Amino acid sequence: MKLLAKFTSRRRSLDDLVFDSVNTVFMLALCVVMLYPMLNTLAVSLNDATDSVRGGIYLWPREFTLYNYEHVFNEAQLMHAGLISVLRTVIGTALSVFCTAMVAYTISRQYFVLRKFVTLAFVLTMYLNGGLIPTYLLMRELSLIGTFWIYIIPGIIGVFNLIVVRSFIEGLPETIFESARIDGAGEFTMFFRIALPLSLPVIATISLFVAVGQWNQWFDVFLYNSSKPELSTLQYELMKILQNSNASMSSRTAADAFANAENVGNNVVTPTSIRAAMTIIVSVPIICVYPFLQKYFVKGLTLGGVKG
Amino acid sequence: MSLQQTTTPVAPNPIKPKVKPTGFKLFIKKCKEQKVLLLMSLPFLIWLFIFRYVPLYGWTMAFQDFKPARPIFDQEWAGLEHFEFLFTNARFFEVLRNTLAMSLINLVLGFITAIGLAVLLNELRNLSFKRIVQTISYMPHFLSWVVAASIVSYALSMENGIINIVLMKLNLISEPILWLGVGEYFWGIIGGADVWKNVGWNSIIYLAAIAMIDTEQYEAAEIDGASRLQRIWYITLPGMKPVIVILLIMNLGYILESGFEAQYLLMNPMNMDFAENLDIFVLRYGISMGNFSLATAAGIFKTVVSFIFLFSANAIAKRLGEARLF
Repeated sequence: MKLLAKFTSRRRSLDDLVFDSVNTVFMLALCVVMLYPMLNTLAVSLNDATDSVRGGIYLWPREFTLYNYEHVFNEAQLMHAGLISVLRTVIGTALSVFCTAMVAYTISRQYFVLRKFVTLAFVLTMYLNGGLIPTYLLMRELSLIGTFWIYIIPGIIGVFNLIVVRSFIEGLPETIFESARIDGAGEFTMFFRIALPLSLPVIATISLFVAVGQWNQWFDVFLYNSSKPELSTLQYELMKILQNSNASMSSRTAADAFANAENVGNNVVTPTSIRAAMTIIVSVPIICVYPFLQKYFVKGLTLGGVKG
Repeated sequence: MSLQQTTTPVAPNPIKPKVKPTGFKLFIKKCKEQKVLLLMSLPFLIWLFIFRYVPLYGWTMAFQDFKPARPIFDQEWAGLEHFEFLFTNARFFEVLRNTLAMSLINLVLGFITAIGLAVLLNELRNLSFKRIVQTISYMPHFLSWVVAASIVSYALSMENGIINIVLMKLNLISEPILWLGVGEYFWGIIGGADVWKNVGWNSIIYLAAIAMIDTEQYEAAEIDGASRLQRIWYITLPGMKPVIVILLIMNLGYILESGFEAQYLLMNPMNMDFAENLDIFVLRYGISMGNFSLATAAGIFKTVVSFIFLFSANAIAKRLGEARLF
């Protein structure tokens, strides 16, 4: 009996060992697949543009240069696009998070007369929307086309975020609000002094969602403001570079790439090298921020997924 | 509970008023008492009405010969002419085929890979390794589709694309393939790109579902001598079932949303016949060609079909006795 038990336990641990090894190898492979494209782009962005055309750049630049970045930073149009990207991200996130939290607070109050109505009105729009063309015409009627505010106002409250924040505030202990009310606090005070500070984890989560959404957005620039270069954003500029290289793809050879190369002094940039540098510039802020908020967004997403 | 009820501001006075206001009067009274809350939410209710409900009125355009130059209320009615045009248009059926195909591929691939990743992550013993893998797998989700499309098109390129290089090294192909130049490959490329971008992110919700499973079940199974795979098959997966069903229903409602950005950004004249989906069709007819009525008709078709799918999936889940959305 003892022998049998020993035998089965050893067999099981061998099974376990095989499973764990295969699983670990799989996870490492997954990490390579996720990271390689970014690292490769980084290497290309730091490599001399004419040298890159020869190929063979994997994880490390062969002829190191910062010229691709210098070229991007020297272009006034791209710098301005960067400014607009930052502005829309900062203003858009601040306004959106504040407004979302405020409405979420009102519909988290069980005694609020319009609680059900407001909640339903918002949730319905998750499934019902007018579609692209009617929305476009509305923006035209409202004279929002060609302005900066079209990046901010139409999407100021996201329904998913609203539900996530509401669920969080509902989960706060009601007694805190009670005692504040007894001390004579009004709804505004309770929102600013209690609900907002206590909801910081969920505020961090939706700030990340909104900021990433704003920073990554290019479609509204393309749809509404493509004739306004002064309102262009980094993502849209990158998108235009990508579209150009797609269009010329059918006839792309190394010779063409040389022909496309832009000669500035001794240094040369190609669409590929500029695209790589732009990709890195656009991605770095996000890659630096999201790991620190991981704890929060995992929680926020789970909450919204379960209750929404 | 009782504390909450006695102290709600609706009835702050413990002495009952002589005549208890009812119906509309009560509503007005409450509104007066809660004017701060109303002040905080009404502006956004107005915003909601203008930006989300007014465009619904635009659906009438689908039944008109809409001329942008004319006022909205002074348009010529066209009946179902635009819908007839859509359903007799060969291109529309191609577009519909692309939309459904890409959507189904994304749905199936997305579900299988995310569930699989969640299960395997859950089996990792080393928690810091698990955290690192998770962090890395979330990264592509936060990158924009412009960046993702740029990466995908570079990885698939003829001369330096890593996919061609690896396949050549493995002797699977004899010469580089112009992946984005062959329409037949496009659905697969979109499916793969979507998995790359979202698999980590989508696994979060399943990991949360796994965390809810009672650990006693695993202990009991271990005592009974169940292997790792058996535990996954008989405990983990059944434990995730309610979440899987809910997400499946929600996603069926989006069956005609095959995504827009990936397709639009990776589309080129060579693969267009397989890349164009409903959203791109609407954009092309509506914005580029100015045929607002036809584009709106296609948009309405999309919404109506989505609703039908959502409600049928929900009804089926109800009949099967599964968790459901509403």
